[in-house]
Parts: sequence; C-alpha cells; structure tokens
Amino acid sequence: MNESSNGRPGGYNSVVCIKQVPDTNKVTGSAMKADGTINRAALPAIFNPEDKCALEAALRVKDRWGGTVTVVTMGLPAACGILREALMCGADKAYLLTDRKAAGSDTLATSYILSKAVAMFKPDLVFCGRQAIDGDTAQVGPQIAEKLDCAAVTYLTGLEMDGDFAVAVRDIGTGVERDRVHLPALFTVSEAFGELRPAVVKRAMKYKKAKAPAENGGVALEGDLAIGQISCDDIGAEAERCGFAGSPTRVSNIISVVLAGGNYKDIPATDEGVASLVAELCADHTIG
Amino acid sequence: MTDRTKGEVWVFAEQEDGRLSGISFELLGKGRELADRLGVPLAAVLMGSGVESLAVGLFEHGADTVRLVDDPELKIYRSKAYRHSMVELVKEIGPQIVVFGATHIGRDLAPAVASALRCGLTADCTDLRIGDYSDPKTKNADGTPHLCKGVLLQMRPAFGGNIIATIVNPYNWPQMATVREGVMKPLDRVSGRGGTLVRHPSRLEGVDIPVEVLEIVRRTSSVDLKGSPIIVAGGAGMGSKENFAKLFDLAAALGGSAAVGASRAAVDLGYCEHDRQIGQTGQTVRPRLFISCGISGAVQHLVGMQESAKIIAINTDKDAPVFKVAHYGIVGDANEIVPKMIRAIKQKGG
Repeated sequence: MNESSNGRPGGYNSVVCIKQVPDTNKVTGSAMKADGTINRAALPAIFNPEDKCALEAALRVKDRWGGTVTVVTMGLPAACGILREALMCGADKAYLLTDRKAAGSDTLATSYILSKAVAMFKPDLVFCGRQAIDGDTAQVGPQIAEKLDCAAVTYLTGLEMDGDFAVAVRDIGTGVERDRVHLPALFTVSEAFGELRPAVVKRAMKYKKAKAPAENGGVALEGDLAIGQISCDDIGAEAERCGFAGSPTRVSNIISVVLAGGNYKDIPATDEGVASLVAELCADHTIG
Repeated sequence: MTDRTKGEVWVFAEQEDGRLSGISFELLGKGRELADRLGVPLAAVLMGSGVESLAVGLFEHGADTVRLVDDPELKIYRSKAYRHSMVELVKEIGPQIVVFGATHIGRDLAPAVASALRCGLTADCTDLRIGDYSDPKTKNADGTPHLCKGVLLQMRPAFGGNIIATIVNPYNWPQMATVREGVMKPLDRVSGRGGTLVRHPSRLEGVDIPVEVLEIVRRTSSVDLKGSPIIVAGGAGMGSKENFAKLFDLAAALGGSAAVGASRAAVDLGYCEHDRQIGQTGQTVRPRLFISCGISGAVQHLVGMQESAKIIAINTDKDAPVFKVAHYGIVGDANEIVPKMIRAIKQKGG
C-alpha cells in the first residue's frame, strides 16, 4: 500500500456470489422438450456472465487496496467447475453450498440461504452479478442486501474505496449516479463494469486439481486445493425458509414460445414490389 | 387484516426529478383492469419530496386513490429509504397486489420490499391477469388439489425468451410483480377525473440510510423508441456500420417521428449504441409500423417487437425466424431494398 492510497490497513474482504447456469443463448429446438419445458441437460453449463463481472470487481479491489476474495456458489457439486475457474482467475477461497434442502428455492429462499452463507464470512464488500441468464430476475442481489441489512448498490459501473466507505458509480438508466456508501455494502455488477480477466497460467495448472469433498468421495483435499463445502445446517439456515418450503412463488404453467406466423404477404424484392408495398401502407395511413 | 381479497391493487408511481415516468401510466392502465376485475380500488403510491401536484395526473390516468409519502429524505431515490417507507405502508394498509415498473428503480426497490415482507415477486412480467390456480402440492381433505381463486397470474418470459412462465404467489400476500416497460397500455387521460389523496408518513425517523448520493449526471441523448409510431431496425445483416447508417435515411424519409432501433447482434457488432437495442435485454416496442432490416430474429429479439401493429421483414434468408412474425416479407438484401423503399416513399410524398 503506498501512502496516497485511500484504502485502509488490511484491505477489504470481499465475497462474490456466483452461479452456474445453462447457456440460454444456445437454446435451440433440440433443447426444448415435447411438453414445452427446457431440457437443461442439453445445454452447456457456464459461469453466469455477469457473475464473472462481479468477480472482476472484487479482484480489482484486492489488486489496488488489498484484502481477500472469497467465492460462493449454491448448487450441485457440478457447479465446482465455476469455482475452479474463479480460483484460476485470482479468487483466494471457494465454497460450494450444496444441500437437498435448498432444492426448489425461488429468489426469496435463495437470497435467504446465500445471505446466511455470506454473513459467515463477515465481508466488507459483497458482489453479485446483476442477474443470471437462466432467470433474468435481478432479484437475488438486492434481496441478500436487505437480509444483511447493508447498503445495496445495483448496476455498478465503477468503484473506489475510501476508508470505511466506498464511492460507487452506478447506472440509473437515465444517466449515472455517484454514491458514497458506508460499508459493509453489496454491489450488483453488470457487463458495463468490465470483463473478467483471463486465468493466470500458473494458477490454472494448480487449481484445475481443486475439489470439494462432494467430488472426492466425501474427503476434503489438503491445503489450497480444498474447495470448502457447506450445508444449510452449517450456516444456520432454518429449514422452513429454504428450498420449496421457503419459496412463496409457484410456477403455474409454462409454454414454449411458438411463433405461429408464416402467413405474411410476400413482396417481390423489386422496385415495383417495394413501390406497391409503400402505396399500400400510404393507403391505409400506416405511413404518410 | 380481515378479508385479504378486499385489499387494494397498488401501482408504484415512479417519478424522477419531480416528473412521473411513462411506466407509471402503463401500470395504471393494467392496474385499472385488475382492480375492476376484483372489484377493489386502484391506488397509486407516490413517493418523493414536493411531489403532491403529480397526483392529478395519476387520477386522470385511472387511480382511485393516491397514497402520498412526501419527505425530503425521499427526494432522490435511495434503496433503503424507499424500501423502508414502502414496507411500512404495505404493513399498515394491506394491499393484495403491488406492481412496479421493471425499471432501474423498480428492479432495485421491488426485490428489497418483497424480501422484507417475505413474499414472492415475479420479475419483468409481460402480462398480468386475474385467475384461479390449482395447487398440486397442497391437497384438500378429499385429496383434490387446493384451488386458489382470484389470484394474480404473472406471465414472464424466461430462459432467454424461449418460454413464457406463469407464476403465482398464492399464499404470502401481497402478490408482487415488476412489469416490463412498453408492454402495458396506458388509459387515455380523462381530464378532470379526480380521486382521494391520502397522505402517509415516511416513518424514516431514526432509520440509518447508509448511502449518500453525491452526484447524478443524466444522459441527454437517451433514445426513446417506445414513443415512436414507426421504427426502422437493423441487424447483423446490414453488414457494416456505414450500411446501418442508411437506416437513418429511411427513418428520415418516413418523417420526423420514425426512429432507428437495432438487434443485439447489431449492437454487439458496434453498428449502433445499446440504447437502440430492442428485445429481451433492450426495449420492448409496439409501433404502428416496424421495418426489420437484416435481422434474422432470435426469439430474444422477437419478444421485444412482435406486438407491433404491422411488421415488414427484409432478410436474405427466406427461413429466417423473423418472417414468422412478419405481415409483409421481402426476401432480399436490406442494403438493396432500403434505397428502393426510400425512393418509393419520396415519389409517393412528392
């Protein structure tokens, strides 16, 4: 830390909530089941794009002001893939929150469970992606902040530290806003913040071997290569607020988007064709 | 609360700098329909500082009641202050439905309110209706599914727009949703239509708000596609930024009220700025006329424009999905068709 730094001794401890999601940009006919639901297994599982930006935000704070970066994901053991990715890019510690009790959680239950997990680390800063591409709700971040009763700064585009405060720039749709925020604080980060740095080669070689007990016959690895594994009981989450039991919303019905159409009027790609189309639109006052 | 089905329908009347956002009127239009269906009053919740005069516009667009929370602490939107006041108001009055715009403010506020009230929230709805929900997990004494009558059916696209899910929140009321901008229709303004103004305290005394807003810089050139009756939109098929720029000529030929939009692919290719993007992660539009140029029509894009009254699709690929929502289709290169169209319009006008 040089003298001009406006951080504080010891830096800042960050927790980043990340999620493994099906790559919904790759949904094609083969990924749709006959009943109109999505066959998640047919889609590649990826590190949610905006959660990568959230990790980048935490790593930049660590680079400049010191401290630690811890990543947490809630999901099945397969989600350890993105924890390893995060370790390769510079995260210090990774935790898998996996528990049957968490199954079927909507945003309210998810934010409750994650808030209990985050609280365990007593972070100064919490980062979440703005939203996940499988749900696009953007609800979990603000809901974690409400449960932690800390400041929530959504749509983060820039961040500076100043002692026990953060000075955050956020997109407010109609412009940008600069806020002075007392720590601890939670930030939701969108693609506008910046892309996640690539993995460091040395770290990639090392952390590709990192594993959670769930991937290793229940046995924790030694030292740095251990991905921590926690359950709802470990974080003191009440069962009735987790999973389906803790989720007030129900899916009543799902339909796949089937475009009826095909009955358009075919206009020849000629001067005459286009002229007749324009004439028709003028005649019915659509234009002119 | 006695009978929860008698609770009001609420819309959050969003304002910035003392001006109501367009979404507030869109929400009132849908809120009116829901409230009439349920036979309950429609209330707009108006929060801010010195904003009482905005109540008139809310009455004229359909509100029976305006619930005003006016406090200097609420002058600029801050998550915790608005959340706290809103939560206290919901607890006191007990509405059965609360809807917010899926704007930057609404998507910040609604989740925090729902979290504090421990109720459900459905994001980015494209339709809301009142209907019944048969709950397969909760059985009656005779083993039949429990029927929840007159609940809010909340429709939203999910999985990148590939499915439409209907979500309900049958037990933990209020039922809450955010609604996409540009999807619901405002009612025509009825000049002189009045209602009841009720003032409520903010209850912010002693509440520590951890955020201080230092500065706000508004963007001046923000593009509002929603208000345009005619939209010319381009996609990757335009081929270059220079070609894309020709779409502005077409818009100009169509008159001053025509605007230029884009698909995500065109934005990603740098043909234009993100504020022109139409679709799931951009704006939702439904103009009188939508001219689609070189857009193949990913479902994420189509959900943002398929409600347009008339759609002309121009694409070299006759199998492009965009033709499935088109009323007029031209199989050809938009770069050749657009100049033809400009000429035809000029001849017609001249």
